[in-house]
Amino acid sequence: MARESAKRRALRARSRVPLAPILGKGLGFASPWLVGLILFTLYPIAASVIYSFTDYSVLSAPRWVGLNNFSEIAGDEVFWISLKNALLYALFAIPLGLIVSLVIALLLDFKVKGVGIYRTLFFLPSVTPLVASAIIWLWIFNSQFGVLNFMLSKVTFGLVRDIGWLSDTRYSMSALILMSMWGVGHTIVILLAALQDVPVSLYEAADMDGASWWQKVRHVTLPLISPVIYFNVIMSIIGALQVFAVPYIMTSGGPARSTLFYAMYLYDNAFQFLRMGYACAMAWILFLIILALTSISVKLSKAHVYYVN
Amino acid sequence: MSIAGSPFGNLLKRKWWATPLVHALLVAGSTVFLFPMLWMISTSLKPIDQTMAFPPKWLPEPFQWRNYVDAVNYIPFLQYTINTLMVSGFGIIGAVASNALVAYSFARLSWPGRDWLFGLTLATMMIPFPVVMVPLYSVFRELGWIGTLAPLIVPAYFGSAFNIFLLRQFFLRVPKDMAEAATLDGASEFRIFWSIYVPLAKPALAVVALFHFIWAWNDFLGPLLYLTDQSTYTLSLGLQFYQSQHGGTQWHLLMAASTLTVLPVIAIFFLTQRTFLRGITFLKNVDVN
Repeated sequence: MARESAKRRALRARSRVPLAPILGKGLGFASPWLVGLILFTLYPIAASVIYSFTDYSVLSAPRWVGLNNFSEIAGDEVFWISLKNALLYALFAIPLGLIVSLVIALLLDFKVKGVGIYRTLFFLPSVTPLVASAIIWLWIFNSQFGVLNFMLSKVTFGLVRDIGWLSDTRYSMSALILMSMWGVGHTIVILLAALQDVPVSLYEAADMDGASWWQKVRHVTLPLISPVIYFNVIMSIIGALQVFAVPYIMTSGGPARSTLFYAMYLYDNAFQFLRMGYACAMAWILFLIILALTSISVKLSKAHVYYVN
Repeated sequence: MSIAGSPFGNLLKRKWWATPLVHALLVAGSTVFLFPMLWMISTSLKPIDQTMAFPPKWLPEPFQWRNYVDAVNYIPFLQYTINTLMVSGFGIIGAVASNALVAYSFARLSWPGRDWLFGLTLATMMIPFPVVMVPLYSVFRELGWIGTLAPLIVPAYFGSAFNIFLLRQFFLRVPKDMAEAATLDGASEFRIFWSIYVPLAKPALAVVALFHFIWAWNDFLGPLLYLTDQSTYTLSLGLQFYQSQHGGTQWHLLMAASTLTVLPVIAIFFLTQRTFLRGITFLKNVDVN
């Protein structure tokens, strides 16, 4: 009863103000986005759903084929290879990247002199254009004249040499994962900011209990920055499954499809084979995979992520 | 805000070796991170025979500055640079103007359906780009924009979910009393937006502009999808094109061209570091739930 009358009062209060000008003003300011949302987001999403059930080459009108694209995908060996590669990459690149970032962020958190310079140096690769990074690493990984092979053979006294980082199926994926460590600057900066939000009082309390530095990292620092880590993991999953530019430029998916990533095979279908319907079907499967992985992370986070409020 | 602590307490003060150790680790780590860049610059200045020397030479002997002239003349570097500047420059104007207006509407004006639309806006961030890639291509093709810079510039004028979200958060923190006083004085909504909110939001607008610049300068997939003619290539696409045509031999020229491509971004980053890091750490406070 009480709620009902409150609602009615609110309605009456609102009706005193004429609706049209408010709506006009609001929509007026928001109009660029209304156009953008419809033209560049909602329409493409809807069209993508429809295309995924069609045979569409962009040159002629789409032709309805029902679930054919999806059933073909299920039996497409290359599709499964590209999915496996993307997941494999995510499985290693994300945890490794997180550990590297965390160690560096903890070091930067010491606030020694010149910490700003170090932070800048760690961050620099993150603003480097992907094409330039790819070319630099092509040169570093070069099996004949590459500086990486040179250093490896130096430190192992010639035992390890002439590794075909990008031309040998045994190393190509590892090479790309290794290279991804170079671009963790964003994560470092975000983690560092989170570390600097951990209040000193908690560490002091831990000190009273005689905690070692590792116990403090484990039981104070990590729980308190866990929301940030969690956010990072989700963003990394979404990003890792869409990796495109670096393998496209460095390996074109080779050798023997060992670095053919999901987004590359999708791109090839759309723009090399002109199978746009098939590509859209792949894109929706990607969306579902991301959705599934994200909701698994949400579930896991309930147990492991600590929210202060 | 409480005083920040560290799991290592005041280790730096207690142990004489702590400070040198932390420095040593940081120097080692940042050297590893910086090395690829230095190697790029070193290679870019070498005569061609030194690029293929094994064991490699750490420094060029002599410094062959001519490589830069050669690289710029070998590819239409100037044209690529102009195209990239057009894409990022006009894009920045569009991104700042449109996102500011839209975020103002979401943060400050209350109109029916607003919160629903904002929720929808956030939800679209979940959609991975490949989902809309093909239809977007068709839209631009229908508009006759394939092969021009338009698909890389025009969408910036229609807002983006992330930037709207970022600026809305900022506008929400602006105290309401100034705007209310201005309304009583009969100021128009646009006047309030323009003379009160925009000046206050400068730091956030700078973040939007900066992120858009870096994104546009570095974007590879967009140009790859929409640009068909070499004369419209951006630096990223031009560099990749050059690499795929001549890669594997003239590493010195390739590295010189790469250095020239990287340089503007690095310079901007150094000049705007504070703004940049502020923008990045903004991401930290995003609650994904």
